Amino acid sequence: MVLNNIEKLLEKYESGETTLNEEQQLKHYFSKETVEPHLEMYKPMFAYFLVNQQEQFTKDVPLKTKRTFNYKWISVAAVAVLMLGFYFNQPNNVGTIEDPQLAFNEVSKALEMISNNFNKGASTVGYLNEVNKGTATLGYLNEIENATGIIFKN
Amino acid sequence: MTQGEFLNIVMPFKDKVFRLAKRLLVSTEEAEDATQEVLLKLWNNKKKIQEYKNVEAFSMTMTKNFCYDKLKSKQAQNLKIVHSNYEDGNTSLQKQIELNDSVDWVSKIIEELPEQQKVIIQLRDIEEYDFDEIAKMLDMNNTAVRVNLSRARKAIREKLTNTHNYGIK
Repeated sequence: MVLNNIEKLLEKYESGETTLNEEQQLKHYFSKETVEPHLEMYKPMFAYFLVNQQEQFTKDVPLKTKRTFNYKWISVAAVAVLMLGFYFNQPNNVGTIEDPQLAFNEVSKALEMISNNFNKGASTVGYLNEVNKGTATLGYLNEIENATGIIFKN
Repeated sequence: MTQGEFLNIVMPFKDKVFRLAKRLLVSTEEAEDATQEVLLKLWNNKKKIQEYKNVEAFSMTMTKNFCYDKLKSKQAQNLKIVHSNYEDGNTSLQKQIELNDSVDWVSKIIEELPEQQKVIIQLRDIEEYDFDEIAKMLDMNNTAVRVNLSRARKAIREKLTNTHNYGIK
């Protein structure tokens, strides 16, 4: 009875008409120790299928989370920083004086300060006269040259 | 999507991808590389993963195509993928189910089948997919899958009976 059933299933199996369930039955039957001698040749086939179901993939897969840094965002950030800088450092008070009289006084005060300091600088340059005096005395060296000229002539 | 979520999606079928790759490429190393490649491709396209209706079927199709490409490029270079895994790391597993030469015979017989039949046998008899799923993965119609499967099964049985009788007669 069972054998009959298996033979029928095998026939269906070979024509590719068995369901997964029926194939399971076949696999189960052929995994038994003893099989009808005339069906013996099917045994390794089903055994092979069962063995192959066990094989596993053991290698690791290196899953890298790709962090491709987008450089255009740096430029966006730089522009933002620049804009902020301009916005906060806006010279909104340069000290403009509205009253013309007061402005004139301020300007003349400033110019006076400049001329004072300029004169101070110019007076120190006066020492350069000393240098001129020094070079004038060097003129005496000519006298020495004349004397050596006379000596070496003879 | 985080790595954890991705792995949760991929884990259930990564072995199937590997086994399919190994069925086609034979060499374990090549199959491992192929699996890695397929999973990395999925990872790089992880944003689109939610759009796929069936990630598993999609990955199997991708694996199949990847392996075909690989085989083709090797053939073009006049090279053959050489496998060095004559002895599998899982012999202990095989021993559990009384290992004899005939199990090896089956693998050799399947290796000799045409590629399409190999894939179909792999997907149906080992991974136990529905006919509809297989048809979708391979972009074939249902009956074509059945016909090819039937051919493959008959071929295996015939060769097995031959070798089986060879010992007796």
